[in-house]
Amino acid sequence: MNPSLAVYRGLKSAGINFVASVPCVNLQGLLDLVARDPQLIHVPVTREEEGVGLCAGAWMGGRRAALLMQNSGLGNCINALASLDMLYGIPLLMVISHRGGVGESIIGQVPMGRLTEPLLDAMQIPHISLLPVLTEDAVEQAVAGAWDEATAQGRPAAVLLDLLFWRGL
Amino acid sequence: MKRIEAIALAAQAAQAEGALLVCNIGYPSRELYSLLDRPENFYMLGSMGLASSIGLGLSLARPERRVMVLDGDGSVLMNLGTLATIAHHGPANLLLIILDNGCYGSTGSQPTCTSLGTDLAALAGAAGIENVQRVESAADLATALSWPEGKPADRNDRGPHDRRACSRAAVIVPTVEPGNASVPIIDLSPQEIIDRFNRCARPAGPS
Repeated sequence: MNPSLAVYRGLKSAGINFVASVPCVNLQGLLDLVARDPQLIHVPVTREEEGVGLCAGAWMGGRRAALLMQNSGLGNCINALASLDMLYGIPLLMVISHRGGVGESIIGQVPMGRLTEPLLDAMQIPHISLLPVLTEDAVEQAVAGAWDEATAQGRPAAVLLDLLFWRGL
Repeated sequence: MKRIEAIALAAQAAQAEGALLVCNIGYPSRELYSLLDRPENFYMLGSMGLASSIGLGLSLARPERRVMVLDGDGSVLMNLGTLATIAHHGPANLLLIILDNGCYGSTGSQPTCTSLGTDLAALAGAAGIENVQRVESAADLATALSWPEGKPADRNDRGPHDRRACSRAAVIVPTVEPGNASVPIIDLSPQEIIDRFNRCARPAGPS
């Protein structure tokens, strides 16, 4: 399985046509695919919270929006996710490189790595962690399903991509 | 000029042009609501700092629509990266108006750094936004609000690989007096605000 391509296919399957991003080393393949897609508007932002604002505005203008980021950026977004997206009922697909778990080599990633799912749970943001054993089709369906969930609930939904997902082990 | 005077001029310009208008949290939204409520107004009730980001997303999603943003000095200082992003991705249909009263007007007028000399117009220029105007009077604001159609086209001589070629958003920084008008709170629910705004902001037909 090519993890980047599988997630990209999920974005396309969901009809995502607007992407804001802050890079993670594990997202580089996906970001390359997004940047090369002329059907997508891609805006690299300076901070993840800014991306929440951009995606909200794009959705209000009729686009389907996704935010690509590392889980460290989730912490930068909390207020905006709550007092913009959840307050007004705005859907958002968050594709999150989930650092700080099994196989992590950078100790600074560990605190937010442990807090990522509890934070999402506390905010009642639906999330799914993709396993490395999934097929490309299953990954595509899971990513598209997360957008469907976001739309159905009128709130953000998150896809978590752990280190093992990227390594395919 | 009082802030509510500046908001009135911007609201009239938005109405005249059929523009979508994103308005910052707090008293600015209340003042706009009391002056000239339109379904094309998006009143922020939270997420301080993100007015310009919401406006940027809207302007990219709807390039054929004029999008105006009423922001403030305290809010822009909270999200300074927005100036760099707008500089390189902000399209010509986006106009960011940063009402600079030098203080956090909705929380007791505590001073911001612009009251000590931080220059948001200079910061916008340094970030790469070329069309930036600081205005000190209502007359100058009215002039600045007349959409400078001619200026952005000057940049079409740049090559397609120059990222600045696509960035023609404009910024106006009106200096306004501290203080809030005596206006009531907005008696619309968040759902009402966004539902009516979306009906105006979205293209016709299924999305």
